[in-house]
Amino acid sequence: MTTAGGAHQETWLDDAAGRLVRPYTVSAGRTRPTHPMELLSWVVATGAPPRGRLEPDHDVALRLCGVATTVAEVAARMRLPAAIAKVVLADLVAVGAVRTRPPSPVADPTDRPILEKLLAGLQQRL
Amino acid sequence: MPDYSNDSDWTPNAFKVLIAGGFGVGKTTFIAATSEIPPLSTEELLTEAGVGTDDLTGVEGKTTTTVALDFGRITIDSENMLYLFGTPGQDRFWFMWDELCHGALGAVVLVDTRRLPDCFAAVDFFESRHMRFLVAVNEFDGTHRYDPPEVRAALSLRPEVPLVMCDARHPRSATAVLVALLRHLMLTDPPPVSANPSIEAGSRA
Ligand SMILES: Nc1nc2c(ncn2[C@@H]2O[C@H](COP(=O)(O)OP(=O)(O)OP(=O)(O)O)[C@@H](O)[C@H]2O)c(=O)[nH]1
Ligand SMILES: [Mg+2]
Repeated sequence: MTTAGGAHQETWLDDAAGRLVRPYTVSAGRTRPTHPMELLSWVVATGAPPRGRLEPDHDVALRLCGVATTVAEVAARMRLPAAIAKVVLADLVAVGAVRTRPPSPVADPTDRPILEKLLAGLQQRL
Repeated sequence: MPDYSNDSDWTPNAFKVLIAGGFGVGKTTFIAATSEIPPLSTEELLTEAGVGTDDLTGVEGKTTTTVALDFGRITIDSENMLYLFGTPGQDRFWFMWDELCHGALGAVVLVDTRRLPDCFAAVDFFESRHMRFLVAVNEFDGTHRYDPPEVRAALSLRPEVPLVMCDARHPRSATAVLVALLRHLMLTDPPPVSANPSIEAGSRA
């Protein structure tokens, strides 16, 4: 793992590759969420008042969770990197204001009935 | 913990398809043409993941950068959503495609015949991960149209990998690529990783 970090060091300093990021005050420097989440994990407000104090960014995230949405969409709408949005959302999970669910209960990407539904849905758009 | 006893139906299923290919090949255009929302963009934070600390504050000299990911969404029905993720064009970021690949149904590799080698990294990557994919030639105006066999040979595509032509700007054309991908997923055997020697009737000897 450390070799991977070292190997890519120069890449990170390359302007063309992407900008260096400011520290994210909203996540207080944390980049690993307390609750595991993926880009397509679902998040939705529970409606319960948060048990604990929230920062303004948490309020924004909570409002975006008014209807079930994905971590990726919250991140995009807040203009935050996904890793940072996950931290914010995990905070909301921790205070009981948001619940999260993995992208799909279907573990098998070769599930035929599902593939058939997706195919039919796409064909309707042609 | 709150009781989520009846949470099985509070969200649809989110399925993921990756749109890959070289820099400027039309990935974002493809997503815009097929998605029901304008492409959204988020960034993945690339850091020294797994090196032992979660905390960037006070770690002197630790660098972090971001890579933009585009995505779009297609509502299939009330239970199923399809998300399209455009992979970063710069192939030097292949090492972060693993998280993107996790749980993906399959991938579209877009190619521009003027710059075929740009897609080698994506083809190699998906082959090595046993991610099923097809190749879609994005036909830019005024470019020489290579015959599919020529493209196939140039990319050393395995015979089972579909090759289709498209115009990434047009919803019908781009959606037809996704249809072709779904057909491919239904017709081909599951990836070798999960394909144990099988006694299913449908499996090939
Ligand atoms: N004529 C023509 N132009 C296209 C087509 N597809 C994309 N373009 C144009 O090509 C340029 C690059 O397309 P993008 O969709 O941004 O490509 P991309 O793969 O997302 O690029 P990166 O994210 O930078 O790697 C844009 O100016 C598009 O308008 C096409 O089928 N025909
Ligand atoms: Mg793009």
